Amino acid sequence: MNAMDLLLWSRGPGLGIAIGIFLFGMVLRLFEIYSLGRKRDLAPARTGGEGSGWRTMFTRSVPDRAQFKRSPVVFTTGYIFHIGFFIVLLFLLPHIELIRSISGLSWPALPTPVVDLIAVITLIALIVTLIYRIMDPVRRLLSTFGDYLAWTVTFLPVLTGYMAYHHLLFDYTLMLALHILSVELLLVVFPFTKLTHMVTLFISRWYNGEWFARKGVAS
Amino acid sequence: MRDETLLDTLKRRGISRRGFLKFCATTASMLALPPAMAAEVAAALGKVRRPAVIWLSFQECTGCTESLTRAHSPSIESLIFDAISLDYHHTLQAASGHAAEEAREHSMKQDWGNYLLLVDGSIPLKDDGVYSTIAGISNLQMLKDAAAGAAAIVSVGTCAAYGGLPHANPNPTGAVSVSEIIKDKPIINVPGCPPIPAVLTGVLAHYLTFGAIPDLDDLGRPKAFFGESIHDRCYRRPFYDQGKFAKTFDDEGARNGWCLFELGCKGPTTHNACATTKWNGGTSWPVQSGHGCLGCSEPDFWDGGSFYKALSTPISPVTGAAAAAVAIGAAAGVAIGLANRQTKAAAKAAHQKATIADLEK
Repeated sequence: MNAMDLLLWSRGPGLGIAIGIFLFGMVLRLFEIYSLGRKRDLAPARTGGEGSGWRTMFTRSVPDRAQFKRSPVVFTTGYIFHIGFFIVLLFLLPHIELIRSISGLSWPALPTPVVDLIAVITLIALIVTLIYRIMDPVRRLLSTFGDYLAWTVTFLPVLTGYMAYHHLLFDYTLMLALHILSVELLLVVFPFTKLTHMVTLFISRWYNGEWFARKGVAS
Repeated sequence: MRDETLLDTLKRRGISRRGFLKFCATTASMLALPPAMAAEVAAALGKVRRPAVIWLSFQECTGCTESLTRAHSPSIESLIFDAISLDYHHTLQAASGHAAEEAREHSMKQDWGNYLLLVDGSIPLKDDGVYSTIAGISNLQMLKDAAAGAAAIVSVGTCAAYGGLPHANPNPTGAVSVSEIIKDKPIINVPGCPPIPAVLTGVLAHYLTFGAIPDLDDLGRPKAFFGESIHDRCYRRPFYDQGKFAKTFDDEGARNGWCLFELGCKGPTTHNACATTKWNGGTSWPVQSGHGCLGCSEPDFWDGGSFYKALSTPISPVTGAAAAAVAIGAAAGVAIGLANRQTKAAAKAAHQKATIADLEK
């Protein structure tokens, strides 16, 4: 199998398999979570909770000042790599073309050198989070295989994309194939690791906010 | 005539020594050789005695031959072709039928072990290769016979190099490339649909000068011509970096000559010399004429999805797999949810209340 075969596989059957496993896993997870249900709250609600639920989804996305002071590295690098990852994902033209070909939606792209710079910043932030996780005794103790797996499959697409663009290590064709395969690996492990937080985060925040309101607590 | 040197032939054709040296210098620079090597190329090429070349055409469209012979003006490249002893070529030779086959056999016998074998077209293997025969001989048999006495083989065009169009899915004739059949001879792939004439003459000049095949990449192509991608050498590349793209073939972007990535250009994954050598005597090349690169010098370029869809898009629809996955996921989710509820109900039913009396035991 040569590099072109690998690229064609990753753009064809590989992508189909990865998207299939991703959607299967995510739908399964959401049904599973939803069917756990909640116990009926017999106490009368203080206030209606839905607005509070939606509000909390946003307020909890802003760092709490006290918590930020306790672990500034985690907050700073965490925000940088999340935002950087999504800028690279959503504003590089080839990525927009992919989204357009699947969904029909499209928007203007950022100039490639800008995305390139953001990719570098994202990579650095991700490396710092890993070093911090390994160096800090408490974080190291709390870390499981799943944490390192989630980090790896997030890091690889950015790294391989950067390497493909700059023709590092391998020829572009092979590197592009590896880049697409790394994204497919991300999609495959996504539903079965803590990466599901991309979706469940909003569910749990809404749940928390709604619960606060029922109890009469400010969200 | 056979003993005449290449330089003699060219002189007889009215090519000056100066013109010949210019060709040698250009060839040396295209092959990324140091400038001083131009003299050596000239010396070696000048002394070459009409090497015997046998050209076999298998499952092909004659586009490669057309590309190499139909220059608008007689170029020095085409004269180089006149200067080699092209002993067998379906399209170009005057002889036909058994006389043609005799010429091939005669040439093979006379120059056994020394002739250069050029092949265009792929070789069908399915059903004992009945899909393409010449004078009742299957392509497979003819290739094996001719390759046995060849000093080296040049696979001209993508069909001979990688199977090309006949190899495209579902490959009804079981077409394969030369390198999948011949394993014991040096093979140089000069892919392209068709290949660039200057690239082929460059490869021939290299072989004639040094008596060895040039540096090849992992797909058997000379690195000097196929070392860089179309995208990296494209004059529209700055527009890619600036994010300026033609969205259709007749919009403002297309008129301004912006990047053709969105229109399906395969330049980033295609290795060829089009962007630097150009076509038709340096007149233009596909991207300059406003059409994206098809990737014709790469294996399986016919199976890479639409020529007009961006490189980063799926080559086959994913909606079917996606819908099936959602349905199966939902069904599995409901089943697991019900199982969880049953476990919960069973635990509730098996629950025993502890009383004060139990604790005092």
